[in-house]
Order: sequence, then structure tokens, then C-alpha cells
Amino acid sequence: MSQQKVDNAKRTWLIVSGCAGAVGGLAAAVPFVASFEPSERAKAAGASVEVDIGAIKPGEKLTVEWRGKPVWIVRRTPEQVEALPKEDPLLADPNSLRNQSDLTPEYARNGHRSIKPEIMVAVGICTHLGCSPSDRFTPGSQPSLPDDWAGGFLCPCHGSTFDMAGRVFKNKPAPDNLAVPPHMYLSDTRLLIGDDKKA
Amino acid sequence: MATFKQAPDGASASQKLMTWVDNRFPATQLYNEHLAEYYAPKNFNFWYFFGALSLLVLVIQIVTGIFLVMHYKPDAALAFASVEYIMRDVPWGWLIRYMHSTGASAFFIVVYLHMFRGMIYGSYRKPRELVWLFGCAIFLCLMAEAFMGYLLPWGQMSYWGAQVIVNLFTAIPFIGPDLSLLIRGDYVVSDATLNRFFSFHVIAVPLVLLGLVVAHIIALHEVGSNNPDGVEIKANKDAEGRPIDGIPFHPYYTVHDVLGVSVFLLIFSAIVFFAPELGGYFLEANNFIPADSMKTPLHIAPVWYFTPYYSVLRAITSEMMYVLMAIVAAGAALAVLKIKMSTLLKAVVLGAAAVVVLLMMSIDAKFWGVVGMGGAVVILFFLPWLDYSEVKSIRYRPVWHKYFYGLFVINFFMLGYLGVLPVSPLGERLSQIGTVFYFGFFLLMPWWSRLGTFKIVPDRVTFAAH
Repeated sequence: MSQQKVDNAKRTWLIVSGCAGAVGGLAAAVPFVASFEPSERAKAAGASVEVDIGAIKPGEKLTVEWRGKPVWIVRRTPEQVEALPKEDPLLADPNSLRNQSDLTPEYARNGHRSIKPEIMVAVGICTHLGCSPSDRFTPGSQPSLPDDWAGGFLCPCHGSTFDMAGRVFKNKPAPDNLAVPPHMYLSDTRLLIGDDKKA
Repeated sequence: MATFKQAPDGASASQKLMTWVDNRFPATQLYNEHLAEYYAPKNFNFWYFFGALSLLVLVIQIVTGIFLVMHYKPDAALAFASVEYIMRDVPWGWLIRYMHSTGASAFFIVVYLHMFRGMIYGSYRKPRELVWLFGCAIFLCLMAEAFMGYLLPWGQMSYWGAQVIVNLFTAIPFIGPDLSLLIRGDYVVSDATLNRFFSFHVIAVPLVLLGLVVAHIIALHEVGSNNPDGVEIKANKDAEGRPIDGIPFHPYYTVHDVLGVSVFLLIFSAIVFFAPELGGYFLEANNFIPADSMKTPLHIAPVWYFTPYYSVLRAITSEMMYVLMAIVAAGAALAVLKIKMSTLLKAVVLGAAAVVVLLMMSIDAKFWGVVGMGGAVVILFFLPWLDYSEVKSIRYRPVWHKYFYGLFVINFFMLGYLGVLPVSPLGERLSQIGTVFYFGFFLLMPWWSRLGTFKIVPDRVTFAAH
């Protein structure tokens, strides 16, 4: 073996064809990896949803499905609206400055994170790992919550807490406030979720 | 190529047949190398049952799995009902399904015990590093298998468990959100996710798993089994080159393992028949509710075998990050002051620590929680290169090492238990202490494993005939 002379021309072509084979193999992997992506049908399922919010009483929540996710519509009581600014020092991002383009549309960049102060609209998916937080609207001391709880949401998975505007409290696993979906009022009681352009 | 062998004159028909086969396929050779002439140390104890038992559970899982697939429907609209159909209408379907669900937990019990055996007797050390690495890879596959299998019943726990774990990947900076989209195949956990998890659970991962099991056993049979004394039996051979302290695996250990298998099956059957849910630990109550993408159950927890790692995930809050930053800084300072190395290397260590601390400050705690959870598993791979103790087996290590391993086990159980509970301030603190201890145990091993007075290791294994 060692006495044989290396045929450099042959070796070059072996390397070239080996590389060509590797490129071909990689190219063949592309369609397989691409097949992991959402299908056209899944992409098409993102249509907006129209909701009648007239029947929601103060302090009540309505959940609707939008793109497979729960969207909450809460009619806050006047006391709840009044309590919002008091929470500011305890919150991680009271003014919703983080990831504004994904989480907070322009018309919700205010103290109550909504178009109308009393109506909260938010995607009910925790920004930590995607559980849906549960309602803890009753103020006061209760399990898993601080004693001075003013009402809000508690994520059952990892204990993140959110106030009545979906803003996350400090030092919790969730880094961000709940996302506010694009939405607009078609009339006083008709709400369109998933679209905010004037038709 | 070997020369053609001839059966001796007057050989029986079966001898002739084996000669014919052996000339074409090394059947006798394989049988001898792996069973009849594989010499295992004669001093195996209780801990050595679990390797064979994990193979048994693997077979149970594959066989019951094959039969479950005959009735199960991997479709978000049909999956939950098809599992109930197996439970109620398929003859003996409930038994097959309970065997499979109990088998999943049993798998982790025997594998955890098998891994612990490796830890206390130093079975991962030279020359068995690859045996250990293949084993860790099997453990990873097993976790993937268990996680994806758990989605298939399409209950509330299946759904939200998958949602949480897939969302772990979104924490990775830059590529995270796209990666989790690629895993789910949809914007939420949906039919597409169920279908691909089914494919992975029944085909892809089991194939890899089987390949790794073969590699694990080939590597083991190449270097030979370790034993409770950590003595190399190959160092003492008789005139024919057989280890003096070794006995053929078959019949000695095959018969021995039959005892283990019998006891195991007694316990296994008792659970399958009398407590298949095992108080909510093997099958969680919430999973008897069909998946609902609008509502997370009030208390969600992974199945028990994932809870220690889940605790690590929950332990890392933004508050905890300051502690971790302090630990990194202190570690770098200690390394620079205490370890002899060139100035350049010192600068590199300090620079790396500074970069890590900066990253810790700039990336969310959520990401570091995921890193901690993954790291808790990945760190096991490095065990062969972390242990610097003079002897392999715990038997000849300083007495306090035993207590230290005991503490490690208690800590692992504590993390596991905390992972089942809902979050509480006390639980959070305990899991943070537990997390620091868990990583400290491994990362400081190069230091503490050398300390203390070691006992003298005998030349031969300790064994009393019975």
C-alpha cells in the first residue's frame, strides 16, 4: 500500500465527487426539513374573528378562539381600572415597552393596554411557556398569590402572575406582558380580532 | 474470509446444520462472544439486575406498542376517543394499554437505578466511557420517546405538557420561535403536531433507541463488565485466558436474571392490575379530560420522571440569575487564583466568565431555565471526565463520599417532589438550593472526588460462595 504512488489526479476527482455527493445529500434533505413547516392549510387558518361583546357584564371574561389560541375579552369594573396604575412599581414592564411590535399594538400602548379603558383584549397565553393563565379576579390573600393581590391572572404552570391589564409582575418566569392581538371595534359592541385596518 | 469448516465424521444432523450456518453467518461465534463465553464478574449484586430489566421493559414497550398502534388513531379529532375505545371495547385492550403506560414509568425506574449503579461503582470510568456515553444517549432517546408518547392520548395533560415543552425552544435567542414552529408544524399544538409526534414515537426514535442499545451492549462486551469492587477481572486470567473471577454470562447470569425478572414482573403486574394510575403519578387525572386549547388545567405537572428537571427549570427566576452570575464570577476568580496556568489562559478564563455574565444579564431568565434543564441531563455525559477519585467503586472511597452520594439522591428526590407541587415561595427557594447542589455535585467533582483517605483496593473481587 505504502509503496504505491498516490495518483493525485484520481484523488482530486475522488474528493470532488465526494463533495458533490455531500451537496446532493444536503439538497435532498431540504424538502424533508421543509415538510416540518406549517402546511398551507395551517397558514390559511389565521382568519380574523368577529365577537359580540355586548353581553359581557363588568368583571366578566369572554374567551374566543383566534388562530387556535384563546383570546380574552374582559370588561373591567371601574375599581379594577382605577387600581391599574397602583400596580406599576410591582410590574416588570408597566409601560409595555418590550417587544412592542409583537406584543402591544400602537393603540394599546397606554396605562390600561387597550382601546377602551374598561375593555381588555389579550391573548390568553403566558409568555413564559405558553400555558393559559387562570382567572384570579378576587382580590386578597389566596394560595400561590401575594397577600395584597388586587386581582388578575395566575399561570398554573410556573406561577407567573399578571394584573388586570395582562401586565406581568416582577421576578416571575414570564418575561413579557400578555400579547394584545390586533383588534378594532366595528361598532360599540362588535369587536373584530385579528385585524385592525380600517375597512 | 475464513476457510470453510467441515463437520466431523459421524456428526449429528444438528451439528451439521450449525456447521452449514456458521460457514455463512457467525451464529455460534455471536452466541459464544455475547453469552456462553462472555465472562462477567462473579460478584454482581442486587444493582446488576437493572440492565437486564431495562432490556425486558424495552421488549414490553415494543410489543404492547405494536398492538396499541393497531387500534389507535393519530388524529386530533379521533385520538382521545380511540384510546377510550382501546380501554373499553378492544378485547383485553385495557391490559395492553396499562402495560404500556406502566411500562413507561417502569422504564425510568429501572434506568434511573441502572444509572445510579454506574455512578456508585464508577462504571463510567476508563475504559468504559463509551458504554456510559451510549447509555446517556439512550436516556435522552427515552426522554424524547416518553414525552412524544405522552401527547398521543390527546388529554389535557398531553396537550399542555407538549405546549410547554415545545415552547421551551422559543426561549433560544434568534432561532427559537422558528424552531418551535418547525417542531409543532402549526402556530399552536394541533393535529399536525400529534401526527408527527406519532411518527417519531413509533418509528424514528425506537429505531435510534434500538441502534444505541446494540452499541451500548457491543461496547460493554468489548471492555467487559465492571463490578461492585471496581476491580478489572481481565487483569487476572487463567491458563486458557479466561478471567479467574469471571463466570460465563450464560447460564450463570441468565438464570440469576430470571430471579430478577420474576420479582420485577410481580411488582409490575401488581401495578398494572391494581393501581395502573398509581395515585396520579403514572397516569395523571387531568389526562382523562380531552385536550382543550382554550383552557389550561389549574395544576399542570409533568409525569414524575421529568419532575427533577422541571424543578430546575422553575428554579431559575430573574432573582436566581444574580446568584448564578455571582457563582460564575466566583468560579472564575477561584480558578485564576488557585489553579496554576499561564497568564494568557487566565485572561481567557476571565474573559469567558465576563462574556457569560454579560449574556446572563442580557438574555431572559426563561432561556437560562431551559439551559439549566437541558444542562442537568447533558452534564451526565461528562461524568467520566469529571471524576478524579483514585478508585472506581464507592466501597473503597472515603466514607463521607457515601454520605455525599446519599445527599445527591435525597436532593434528586426533593427536586422531583417539588416538581409535582404547585409553585410556592418555599418550594422555589428549596428548588433553587437543590439546583445549585445538583450542578455543584458534578461541576466541583474534579475537586472533591480527590479528597479524603481512600481504602486499598484488593487485587481480586470480594466474593463469598453461597
